[in-house]
Amino acid sequence: MLTIATGNKAVATAVRDAKPGVIAAYPITPQTEIVEQIAEFVTAGDLVSQYIPVESEHSAMTACIGASVAGVRTFTATSSHGLLYMHEMVHWAAGARLPIVMANVNRALGPGWNTWAEHTDAFSQRDTGWLQVFVGTVQEAYDATLMAFKIAEDERVLLPVMVNLDGFSLSHIMQSLETVDLGDFLPPYHLPHAIDTENPCGYGPMTGPNDYFRFRWDIERSTRDSVDVIAEVEREFAERFGRSYGPTEDYRCEDADVIVIAMGTLGKEAEVAIDRLRDEGIKAGSMRLRWFRPFPDLDLAGRDVVVIDRGYSFGFGGVVANSVRAKTGIEPYSVIAGLGGQEVTYNDIADFVRDRRPGEEMWFGVSADV
Amino acid sequence: MYEIRIHSRGGQGGVTAARLLALAAFRDGKYATACPFYGAERRGAPVVSFVRIDDEPIKIYSQIHEPDLVVVLDTSIMDVVDVLQGLKGDGTVLLNSAHTLEGCAAVCRHVDLTGIALATDLVIAGSPILNTPVLGALAKMGVVTLPSVKTAIREMFADERNVRAAEAAYEELKI
Repeated sequence: MLTIATGNKAVATAVRDAKPGVIAAYPITPQTEIVEQIAEFVTAGDLVSQYIPVESEHSAMTACIGASVAGVRTFTATSSHGLLYMHEMVHWAAGARLPIVMANVNRALGPGWNTWAEHTDAFSQRDTGWLQVFVGTVQEAYDATLMAFKIAEDERVLLPVMVNLDGFSLSHIMQSLETVDLGDFLPPYHLPHAIDTENPCGYGPMTGPNDYFRFRWDIERSTRDSVDVIAEVEREFAERFGRSYGPTEDYRCEDADVIVIAMGTLGKEAEVAIDRLRDEGIKAGSMRLRWFRPFPDLDLAGRDVVVIDRGYSFGFGGVVANSVRAKTGIEPYSVIAGLGGQEVTYNDIADFVRDRRPGEEMWFGVSADV
Repeated sequence: MYEIRIHSRGGQGGVTAARLLALAAFRDGKYATACPFYGAERRGAPVVSFVRIDDEPIKIYSQIHEPDLVVVLDTSIMDVVDVLQGLKGDGTVLLNSAHTLEGCAAVCRHVDLTGIALATDLVIAGSPILNTPVLGALAKMGVVTLPSVKTAIREMFADERNVRAAEAAYEELKI
């Protein structure tokens, strides 16, 4: 069905269609509309699910862990401080190999108190073992949430997936949304190590160094395997529903001399900047980075690269810029922009490209020379 | 691309007006986005919402700095906000007012949406509802079509008074 919806509504609608048996969540701006809308679906009978209105995000993730290990598909959503409050259990979900799907509406961290878009909340969960995808449109918020369940629950993966969408700029914008009839795209949830009351056993007991080490390696092995699973699922989604996705969304990159890399809505708006630059004769392209974990291989050889980071590792640099540098050996022009919802337009992005200085870092609007 | 900036006060329905307008444009077969700018929102504070309408998919998420059309749901805002800032040279202003804007260089339209809401008994918690009648005015100006406005309003609201108010604004606005 074709309609118009916010990013939050798109996520909630995908959850309705994926039919998780348990949803446990706590509201937080700018995610609140997701949990409100899901509650409405449950109340109206459009989604048959146990909806647990927990007292905190820590409990939200814990409830999802309990339900997931009992063999039930689960979903939660959070943002910013809520994500950080559940941090301990975010690690636990991955360590216990539970394919929980969580929407994280990217928002800055206080103080100063700020409810606008930034990626620092997701980056703070970078090493938890969760797969992380960043979406750029309302349609993609819906599609990626559906695919997240299939990727997470694949027995070659069995890791939780975080679907990231920019606070307000995507969570609250209305765009067109086409929902799909899922058919058998999403098979019933089957957890091989689910709790079985006929065969009781213990989970999470004291684990010695050697076994623990193997568990960690197994997370990494599955994360590597997830690359192929993600590609398979995205290919199947394209075949069934006509919308194709990949680790990056490449725009006019084929003959580009300079490539802009950004995530989320800035990555999408960059395409408008690329068109302007092309009109000026500058051969520019953009790669919107979708999958942050696993981090994809990028073909950037021989091009200038401008990375726009909506998050920062203090004392070390832009998180995506450093990832690109480590992955490709290329020294990008590292632009730090959009923190706390800072306004960044396609004209600004075009300026980043025109004024690029590979190897340098620039804080948009505050560096002395901008 | 046609870019619209809506000025209102928190609680007056500017955000909903933006969403209704985007939905109506979508029902006209256009691409549309509605994007409210959320500040420390509270009832009575000046708020601004953005709507973009185009024949192509819209990839812009940033605010509208050079609108084609400025809609002012509460003219008292003009004491504290420069609503004409960035308005294109051939841009248009739509005021919720019984009077036009004296000395305005832009094309200025006006219609008494508050009066229409009161006459239609479209009042909630003591406040006249402006977000549905303004859609009728926008239809008269050709931003969207009246049938799509009615469709959009009925998709979001069950109360037919909203449709009647939009029709009244369509009739009253002079082009």
